[in-house]
Amino acid sequence: KFLGQKNANGNYTVTFIEGDGIGPEISRSVKQIFAAAKAPIEWETADVTPILKDGKTTIPEEAIKSIKKNYVALKGPLATPIGKGHVSLNLTLRRTFNLFANVRPCRSVPGYKTPYDDVDTVLIRENTEGEYSGIEHEVVDGVVQSIKLITKKASERVLRFGFQYAQSINKKHIRVVHKATIMKMSDGLFVSIARDVAKDFPDVKFDTELLDNTCLKMVTDPKMYSDIVLVMPNLYGDIVSDMCAGLIGGLGLTPSANIGDECSIFEAVHGSAPDIAGQDKANPTALLLSSMMMLQHMGLNEYAEKISKAIMDTLAEGKALTGDLGGKASTTEYTNAIISKLQ
Amino acid sequence: DIFKPTKFGGRYVVTLIPGDGIGAEVSESVKTIFKQDLVPVDWEQIDVTGLQTGTVDPEVLFRESVNSLKRNKVGLKGILYTPVERSGHQSWNVALRQELDIYASVVMIKNMPGYQTRHSNVDMCIIRENTEGEYSGLEHQSVPGVVESLKIVTKMKSERIAKFAFSFATANSRKKVTCIHKANIMKLADGLFRRTFHEVSKQYPQLEVNDMIVDNASMQAVSKPQQFDVLVMPNLYGSILSNIGAALVGGPGLIPGANMGREHVVFEPGCRHVGLDIQGRDQANPTAMILSATMMLRHLGLDDHATRISKAVYEVIADGKVRTKDMGGNNSTHDFTNAILHKMETL
Ligand SMILES: Nc1ncnc2c1ncn2[C@@H]1O[C@H](COP(=O)(O)OP(=O)(O)OP(=O)(O)O)[C@@H](O)[C@H]1O
Ligand SMILES: Nc1ncnc2c1ncn2[C@@H]1O[C@H](COP(=O)(O)OP(=O)(O)OP(=O)(O)O)[C@@H](O)[C@H]1O
Ligand SMILES: [Mg+2]
Ligand SMILES: [Mg+2]
Repeated sequence: KFLGQKNANGNYTVTFIEGDGIGPEISRSVKQIFAAAKAPIEWETADVTPILKDGKTTIPEEAIKSIKKNYVALKGPLATPIGKGHVSLNLTLRRTFNLFANVRPCRSVPGYKTPYDDVDTVLIRENTEGEYSGIEHEVVDGVVQSIKLITKKASERVLRFGFQYAQSINKKHIRVVHKATIMKMSDGLFVSIARDVAKDFPDVKFDTELLDNTCLKMVTDPKMYSDIVLVMPNLYGDIVSDMCAGLIGGLGLTPSANIGDECSIFEAVHGSAPDIAGQDKANPTALLLSSMMMLQHMGLNEYAEKISKAIMDTLAEGKALTGDLGGKASTTEYTNAIISKLQ
Repeated sequence: DIFKPTKFGGRYVVTLIPGDGIGAEVSESVKTIFKQDLVPVDWEQIDVTGLQTGTVDPEVLFRESVNSLKRNKVGLKGILYTPVERSGHQSWNVALRQELDIYASVVMIKNMPGYQTRHSNVDMCIIRENTEGEYSGLEHQSVPGVVESLKIVTKMKSERIAKFAFSFATANSRKKVTCIHKANIMKLADGLFRRTFHEVSKQYPQLEVNDMIVDNASMQAVSKPQQFDVLVMPNLYGSILSNIGAALVGGPGLIPGANMGREHVVFEPGCRHVGLDIQGRDQANPTAMILSATMMLRHLGLDDHATRISKAVYEVIADGKVRTKDMGGNNSTHDFTNAILHKMETL
């Protein structure tokens, strides 16, 4: 539930972490398009260059304050500095704001041909525990245990969010993906909590599926998942969401949302692409689609629909595609093509 | 160093576990084909089941099948159903693999000539550690609502599966071996698996070697599957990638496989689906089971039979006239089996 309030000008303020590499260019594109669509958003740019505080990586207090105040942020790609004892910035953000659910929709992009042209999936991944608990140790020389942690608290939170999200996007069918035939207690707990939570949402259809079958069926015919929201533990979510991204042509086109208790951060899944940074070549679509998820989260569906249509029409037309989609257009030309559709 | 079984009076005794779901139907198909080709194999059939049937204690039949496999060393097996209920028993499939220490699962993913799918020129082989990892079965509830599940990775088993993958690649004239892992997150467990893989690889300088994180590999598998040759991985990732792989070339009805240990080999369809939904409808595609059986024939040194039968299967599929429902056709399991029998007469 979005807690932000309109400011004196009747707009919402949103924190913008432009990011590194191609970040500033694709951010500019988003800003121009939002301005053309007259979306009621004012941006507050935040710098998240990491600092070491008491030997721990954190982001500047300023940025944290901004996000806490606005409840929502849009984020470009961040390059994780190697060495110097920094943990990944993405992880830092996730921990700072307790971003417990990761939402990854994947939809075929009209101007980009892949073996699959009918993908429209939504996946929600538990973001805080499971195989990513980081609890591992070497029992004796050459024998390692890695603990997958499943708790009622975290599972219930992500599942409840899943049902609410399914209602909000009008795909009233939740399918929980698991491997409870093998991991009877851990995945079994996740599934049994799901069954309980489902009772609170009688208008949402609920079922479960073995991870094996999800992989098999999704790659055979992704259309079968067009009306379903998938919810799953951390590792399965990581793998299956990347697999879905593969169906539509890779990470360059997929948006994502990180939902927290209070604050949420919307981001492109791709990296900072230092090889093409500053050359007006980058494709801003992933960040744009992330900003569309943000608008929906803020209840600004009208604007989301209007801008999404302009993006999809531009892609389908295929006249102003960036290099990664096989076109010749610059970031600016692609952006202008979208803007012209908004007018 | 996989053993070769002995034969008695010119014939082999092989354990047959048809399994649940479509197992009985596809095993019937194999039996008919073997009979017509006068294959010198005598079946020792045991109808273990994971379903609650009531009459015979499932545990008794499970023990019987383990003993039979220990005796015969070679088996052909369908898939046993595993109930999801939390109080239910452990998966018989996993128990069997652990008990016999058939540690290497081999799954062949290859386009069938004449059967068009979304991807072509896919030819990869998935080698999967079968006895530890996420399938260790070690779980506990520390306090109500907090469950820990242990994934175990050992140096010994990582080394053993890596060696298996490299010798398999060498023996089958493959060029590249890729290790699949998630060592960026599971730094110790998958780290050990990956490190061991690279250590062992030094003994095989003629092979190209690389590694890839499992999420990236899954993305690559659906976009550029042609880049993969032999893949080696821990248990769970094997389940994921063999199902993705099956979908690339036409589904679980087509994918053969084997589980190999030092002393025992059990051949079973590679992507391990029970098929309860189509049980008893004469609709299942027996190809995966038949090709698993031909892999078995090669293992027994019965190459003539193996070649004739697999050739007949490939030709029937390439002709495209008789196909089961999963391949877009209207034919029954029996029709398809009969087409193979006819084809074999011409070979
Ligand atoms: N939005 C984009 N538009 C066009 N090309 C892109 C985009 N994002 C990524 N790419 C391309 O995809 C490839 C990989 O990009 P990625 O950003 O992951 O690079 P990276 O070196 O991993 O950066 P980082 O270290 O920040 O993760 C690069 O060749 C890049 O040019
Ligand atoms: N040999 C086969 N021929 C045709 N279809 C098959 C074959 N084997 C599996 N399938 C199909 O693949 C799908 C997945 O099979 P699976 O065995 O997982 O189904 P199931 O066991 O009934 O369901 P679950 O695994 O959820 O218990 C099913 O639709 C099944 O019919
Ligand atoms: Mg990932
Ligand atoms: Mg990157």
